[in-house]
Amino acid sequence: MSPTLSGSVIDRAPSFAGRLAALIDWRRDIIYVGFVVVFVVFAILLGDQGFLSSTNLLNILRQTAIVTIMAVGMTFVIGCAEIDLSVGSIAGLTSITAAMAISAFGLIPGILAGLMVGAVVGSVNGALVAFLRIPSFLVTLAMLGIAAGVAQWVTASAPQPILNTTFNSVFGSGNIGFLPGLVVWSAAIVAIGAVVLKKARFGRQVLATGANRTAAEYSGINTSAIKFRVMLLSAMAASVAGMLYAGRLHSGRFQWGAGDELNAIAAVILGGTALAGGRGSVVGTLFGALLMGLINNGLILAGLDSSQQQVIRGVIIVLAVALARNK
Amino acid sequence: MTADGPLAVRMDGIDKAFDGVTVLDDVHFEVAPGEVHALAGGNGAGKSTLMKILQGVYTRDAGTVELFGRPLTATTIQAAKRAGVGMVFQEFSLIATLSVAQNIFLDAEPMRAGLIDDAAMRSRAAALLERIGVEIDPATEVGALPTAQWQLTEIAKALSQDAKVLIMDEPTASLAKHEVEALFSLIGRLKEQGISIIYISHRMDEVYRIADRITILRNGRNLVTARLDEITPKEIVAGIAGRELAKQAGAAHRPATADLPVLLEVTDLHADGVRGATFVVRTGEVIGIAGLMGSGRTELARALFGISRITSGSVVKDGRRLSLNSPADAIASGIALIPEDRRLQGLVLDHSVRENLALPLLGSLRRWGLVASDKVRALSDRLIEQFSITVARPEAPARLLSGGNQQKIVIAKWLGTDPEVLVMDEPTAGVDVGTKSEIVRIVRELARTGKGIVVISSEYPELIAMCDRYLIMRDGQIVESLDADQVANEVDLELAVQGLAA
Repeated sequence: MSPTLSGSVIDRAPSFAGRLAALIDWRRDIIYVGFVVVFVVFAILLGDQGFLSSTNLLNILRQTAIVTIMAVGMTFVIGCAEIDLSVGSIAGLTSITAAMAISAFGLIPGILAGLMVGAVVGSVNGALVAFLRIPSFLVTLAMLGIAAGVAQWVTASAPQPILNTTFNSVFGSGNIGFLPGLVVWSAAIVAIGAVVLKKARFGRQVLATGANRTAAEYSGINTSAIKFRVMLLSAMAASVAGMLYAGRLHSGRFQWGAGDELNAIAAVILGGTALAGGRGSVVGTLFGALLMGLINNGLILAGLDSSQQQVIRGVIIVLAVALARNK
Repeated sequence: MTADGPLAVRMDGIDKAFDGVTVLDDVHFEVAPGEVHALAGGNGAGKSTLMKILQGVYTRDAGTVELFGRPLTATTIQAAKRAGVGMVFQEFSLIATLSVAQNIFLDAEPMRAGLIDDAAMRSRAAALLERIGVEIDPATEVGALPTAQWQLTEIAKALSQDAKVLIMDEPTASLAKHEVEALFSLIGRLKEQGISIIYISHRMDEVYRIADRITILRNGRNLVTARLDEITPKEIVAGIAGRELAKQAGAAHRPATADLPVLLEVTDLHADGVRGATFVVRTGEVIGIAGLMGSGRTELARALFGISRITSGSVVKDGRRLSLNSPADAIASGIALIPEDRRLQGLVLDHSVRENLALPLLGSLRRWGLVASDKVRALSDRLIEQFSITVARPEAPARLLSGGNQQKIVIAKWLGTDPEVLVMDEPTAGVDVGTKSEIVRIVRELARTGKGIVVISSEYPELIAMCDRYLIMRDGQIVESLDADQVANEVDLELAVQGLAA
């Protein structure tokens, strides 16, 4: 009797590790595993340098907040099998537009002018990609140059100071309780993005279009409209990011956001969104951005200089993506 | 099949022309509720145009369409869908990265408080799958399912949109035997629920098993509509094929080729989609491989050209066993493949005619390590002349040429490598009649110069016009070999392919 009994117990209750392994989809969840591993390693090695202090942890959140916001938009873009290289430049152009409009017309017109930048650039990107069917890589590569160039041109490369304290404290410089305002902004946008991608019809349509445009079209989805909206959404997210730069740094400047597009893309890919489209997770993207912030922070604490940081960051990205591919 | 009440589909006096070319001429087609109605016809008979009109993809030029007694005037896919027409696409309308339930309700998701209600979606999908007796877990990602279940998911998706008429186009082409059985029993259950099915297939055995009636179109006109117990397979085949019979004044009689020296000997070849092929190719012989879609024809060509891996069996040439691990191996062994899709596999469309012709031979056109343009010019001029390719400017991109001339470039390009065995997959597909006869002439001419040629084609008139011998493929195996004098016309060939030969 007893052998049978023990046998049935084994049948019913597989080992904890076995159940865990069954729950984990390697490709999807590598980012969380990687995040925990890197966090634990840094906590052990860098505990003495203050890695675990709440100031330092909040710092990591604050430093990744702006890229996270761009990356949420980018998750939709990449999930839809497109790319947006113009987000960094849009952020820069937004920052100077908002700064100049605030000094000329006041707070509300300034905010609206900033958002208009995203709306206009996003509509142009979207129209070229969705209706003229020009590859988004080319459209947004051109827009990267145009937006940055316009921003530098109209300001003659000069920073545009923002003296409106309401703007500065709402957009990035203020705190809500112990939480930096930047972190609250980013949390809110991640939450909205996650629900929309996972639970709203639009999110499903984005992933369907990204996985197989023909099939999505045959299922009754207006895929051109979806592509347009995705490009618009990404530019709007970049615009919000630009205003957060402006508020945090009390000025608009054409360099704000330069190069962020690559960090945003890296965060999205690390987060398990397929570069070929059709699969995506906003929460994964958040952790992708956090992982990169974590690594930057840890390497600084470890005393590496910026050239060494770049190399190690590159290696970690390749490693994570390669691991995720092999299921 | 009940005769009471309105018909499920009634199409009457349908005309359709494209650019002045009449494709459908006064076509009448009707399907009763709960009926399985087979639709047959040769290439260009108008089957798919008729179905696209029913689905709202094309606008008809004249005629009426009624669904369950109600006229369908709007011609959009959405309107046809709402009226109850569902199409079972061949793997087209599913998103591999979404689950079965998510696919079934794609763009029609049950919502709660503005958000997708995943739990309700899963349980409704499960109920639907149970109703039609399909055992698939609705939470499975579609990409992880075998092909057969993709199709069942497609059917479930169509039914979820309240389809009462399902169009199935060659639904069994990519299915294994037991999967076909599962599909047929599902069709039986759908019939019981009063759902009509329009079944497009070239397989007579399937048509006889599941269809109640058959409508045959020829050259865009109704030829016949009959109950299947009133029509013989031979009548159907003759009805489908008849178009070309008149034109074809008997195949040229060819002497048996059995005495010619053997060039290539293939023994019990197994590869992906090929389950045992044994045959020889002789010098100066044209062999036609005939079989239905999915019978392993193209797969055999791919194996011979080193694209798909040969798992067992041997290919012997000049007494030497060939190892065909890549197209480069095959080319080095003197085998060339003229692929099925010339635009995709045969040509670099944006490159010039010259560049395309020189591509397989770049190695021998070099001087001091660089490609010598005068050698390229000499070679391409020679090939253009030899194959009488009509080209205004050899420097112009191949994209600008007609289909027939493109096909000639593909043939010429491979003959530049001077292969001994030439495998041609559907060489006459999509070219005009004049070019077809020219391709037939080129093939015969090549055989005369001593090449061994294997032609795969679903266009039987062309096969009959050029072949010395036929190999019939079914389920990945070569089941029969026929000499030219055993096949008098394409009806004979079709009956052999269907396995109905008297």
